[in-house]
Amino acid sequence: MDAEFWIIQVFNGLSYGALLFLLAAGLSLIFGVMRIVNLAHGSYFLLGGYVALTVIWTTDLWVLSIPAAALAIAVVGLLMERLFLRPLGFDPLRQVLLTVGFAFLFQQAALDIWGGDSLDITPPEALTRSAVIGGIYFPLYRVFMIGVAVAIGLALWLAMEKTRMGAMVRAAVDDSEMARGVGVDTSLVSMFIFALGAFLAGLGGVIGGAFLGVYPGLDFEILPIAFAVVIIGGMGSLGGAAIGSLIVGLADNFGKALFPEISYFTLYAPMVLILALKPTGLFGRE
Amino acid sequence: MSERAKIIAVVAALVVLVLYMQFGATSFVRLVITQALIFGILAMSLDILLGYTGLPSLGQAAYLGMGAYVAAILTTRFGFGLDWTFWLLIVLGFVIGAVTAAFFGLFAIRATGVYFLMITLALGQCVWGLAYRWNSLTGGDNGINMPGRPDFGLDLSNDMNFFYVVLGFFVATLAALYLLVKSPFGRSLVGIRESELRMRMLGYNTWLHKYVAFIIAGGFGGLAGVLWAFLNGLVSPEDVILATSVDALLMVVLGGPGTLIGGVIGAGLVVFVREYLSTVVEWWQYVLGGMYVLTILYLPGGLMGIPERIRQRRAQAAGAVRAEAVSTSH
Repeated sequence: MDAEFWIIQVFNGLSYGALLFLLAAGLSLIFGVMRIVNLAHGSYFLLGGYVALTVIWTTDLWVLSIPAAALAIAVVGLLMERLFLRPLGFDPLRQVLLTVGFAFLFQQAALDIWGGDSLDITPPEALTRSAVIGGIYFPLYRVFMIGVAVAIGLALWLAMEKTRMGAMVRAAVDDSEMARGVGVDTSLVSMFIFALGAFLAGLGGVIGGAFLGVYPGLDFEILPIAFAVVIIGGMGSLGGAAIGSLIVGLADNFGKALFPEISYFTLYAPMVLILALKPTGLFGRE
Repeated sequence: MSERAKIIAVVAALVVLVLYMQFGATSFVRLVITQALIFGILAMSLDILLGYTGLPSLGQAAYLGMGAYVAAILTTRFGFGLDWTFWLLIVLGFVIGAVTAAFFGLFAIRATGVYFLMITLALGQCVWGLAYRWNSLTGGDNGINMPGRPDFGLDLSNDMNFFYVVLGFFVATLAALYLLVKSPFGRSLVGIRESELRMRMLGYNTWLHKYVAFIIAGGFGGLAGVLWAFLNGLVSPEDVILATSVDALLMVVLGGPGTLIGGVIGAGLVVFVREYLSTVVEWWQYVLGGMYVLTILYLPGGLMGIPERIRQRRAQAAGAVRAEAVSTSH
């Protein structure tokens, strides 16, 4: 195990963490603002990949597929929130089961539309190459994933800190009742957050499609990992989601490389401990 | 319905089931029904938590998995549990489920509401992670093939014999849990569900009550796991994935939480869709997803709650008529 091993593993962990950030940032905000355990979030990720494939097949434009898929999934999330989750009221168990129901419906719909084969999103030629630095190969696509996550993260951070909607979201995370009391339209905030979360998950699905593939079952594979990110980082905070993504991305990579037999256990056991000791997460707002 | 009428109805339903299994069912349907009974045990164990104590566990598959993996590992490595030792294996499955729950409960019981959902999800994923990755012990993704079913004078490789053994455990579980929920301990669980604060004020150690309920539920989950391992002939990480835990929750909510038998009806419906309908039509997942959505939107008390809702609606309608009669007489 030389320096090269460590550099490559850290790089792989970072790029996987970047993908997890796209998936988990929205989940964290949804959880923070609405306390909804959205088990359909993995489906948004998977559907994002599928919609992107259709866009690529019809227009041959990979660049177009990213915003198109993300927007389409945002609409799905928005409709789910408005038509089903909001009228349901606050009941964690019923919300969980409702979102699972939708996850199964989406699964079947995806199977009917896109079939059961494992598909792949092919990025443009330029991104499939590798950069060679000091004799180590860095796949450019992984660099691109990190770049997208950093750009999205910065944009989200600016939006949260500088805009009126961002301030409303932060207020709703801190104390939803108080926010409503001082005139924040928390219903509007919820709708916005849900659409944004779905948008980011769909975006993650497109970006991740070239990396993980797009196949039935991916939704429920990636979902618990996203929850690990949310819990470890602390829900409702972007910074927490970013740090949680890095920790989980690195832990996942090093776990698989160093002690493969307990690699998933090393991911979920910290999640249990944090929930037991400090439920708001390592970096969550009190 | 009075308690006695309920018991008579359950016994009558079981008699009909036995007659159907003996004379009507095809060999495939027999396996599906046996599976429904095993998941009925799992659903009843979860109902103790969800329906009676108000703890929505999102990781009940973990205990099923612990029982199933213990059965698989002991039978394949040591041939243990394939003769009369089957009965010891059953006890062991129960114990491993209970011990796992006793350990997990130390972390989970303090959490409430959405945090309880999340921490039980994480605990379930811990078990899944070990099952999926600990190749040398669990066979990893491929799982473990069972070497066959026990033969202790009665050969359980005969599906009808195995059905009767499962039915025996099912009835025993139903009876034990029925006595449990009717006991003072069961009553105090319901008290905790209704208002934990009030129970604490009355001097009850609510943490301990919830902890014991958690362990009991884990034990019966482990029992179901041993039976499931022998029925399915394969134990794999599929048994402990999140979807299994969520299915168990649906069984209870669909049938009616806090009724024991409701969870069994829910188990029957979910197993029917997953195992039977999926072999008949390709769009079976629409039915499953639709069951989830419709249950949440339209069946707040589950199927067992329907008679009560009808009665309430009738009472309301009667009340409205009476009110109208009163107002017109003035």
